[in-house]
Amino acid sequence: MIYETDKPLYLQIVDYACEQILLGIWKPEERVPSVRELSVTLTVNLNTVARSFDFLQDKQVLFQKRGIGYFVEKEGLKRIRDMYKIEFFQKDLPNLFKKMQKLNVSIEEIVLEYKKCST
Amino acid sequence: MINIQNLNFHYKASQPVYLGLNMDLKPGNIYGLLGENGVGKTTLLKLISGLLFPTKGNVSTFRFEAKKRYPEMLEKIYFLPEVYTLPKVKMSEYVKLYASFYPKFDHQKLAEYVDVFGLSKAKKLSEFSHGQQKKWLLAFGLATNTELLLMDEPTNGLDIPSKGLFRQLLAEAADEQKTIIISTHQVRDLENLIDPIIILEHNQVLLNNSIEEISQKLKFVVRENQSEQALFAEQAIGGVLCVEPNTDNTESKVNIELLFNAAVNNKELFKKLFIL
Repeated sequence: MIYETDKPLYLQIVDYACEQILLGIWKPEERVPSVRELSVTLTVNLNTVARSFDFLQDKQVLFQKRGIGYFVEKEGLKRIRDMYKIEFFQKDLPNLFKKMQKLNVSIEEIVLEYKKCST
Repeated sequence: MINIQNLNFHYKASQPVYLGLNMDLKPGNIYGLLGENGVGKTTLLKLISGLLFPTKGNVSTFRFEAKKRYPEMLEKIYFLPEVYTLPKVKMSEYVKLYASFYPKFDHQKLAEYVDVFGLSKAKKLSEFSHGQQKKWLLAFGLATNTELLLMDEPTNGLDIPSKGLFRQLLAEAADEQKTIIISTHQVRDLENLIDPIIILEHNQVLLNNSIEEISQKLKFVVRENQSEQALFAEQAIGGVLCVEPNTDNTESKVNIELLFNAAVNNKELFKKLFIL
């Protein structure tokens, strides 16, 4: 059984970029750092960052204005939420369920904790 | 940028270093040049820069035959050697002597680099510690702003903070016009920066591919036990790290150390996977 695979670096940078948007540091319709700037900040290869930006453009999270740079799509934040929601239900939640079974944690206990947390 | 065709090279005729080596290197890349000790990494850098001559075949750098050592070629190359002796002069004197060989030399950048590395302008370079001398050569080398940067074990001898600094300066220096080739054993120091990866092996190239290409053909996974299909496996705390053929399009992070070990243990298979 595989229990862990490190995400490829370009997808880790995608996560970083999405995190910036989710936190509101990169705002809709505003320019984001250039591929170069990000490559220096994160000390990763220029081509890797370029691949991450291609991916985000493909997912309609970022768009490119020729000669100016990359911008966050108007609907970028929503699209990221949708993207991560899928990941949450397909990956995170099943992993959590497995762990709950292993530790004998009931769903009621979780509901209780959730209510505490959100009030 | 660099084109190597049918290269044969030996120091002693009975011990060929390369036999029929072919290689094509393109600008906009930071190549990581890997290989076991004595496989000819430094030799390759010297052939590219015209410091050594091919026994047979051709090495062309910027479309010049490297061994002709044309000034038009040499002014575009900076070579950071692994072993060096610095003259008994202060850095200002050194700059006066050597900077004029490089038309695009950036004095302002040099001042910045000297500052971030915390190097003394008052001391003679020969009085620097080994690590400080390395920092000076890195600072000077990056400031030459050459299109081709050859670095032989650049992180050897650097202290921990300086390794981070070097990574940052390297990321800053890289651009679409530059070709950077780094020969190294310290792959962890540069893991996220080097791409493509070149692995040399006895007389030949075993692999010269981008990280993307490598991750399409191989996957790097953690398992409870070593898998049958593993090309290389290593016990770690969380399980067994395995390198396997990527038959199901898994996307995983390329672990360069594991890649290297898998390559040298499966030479024929790697040639089939990557070269053909």
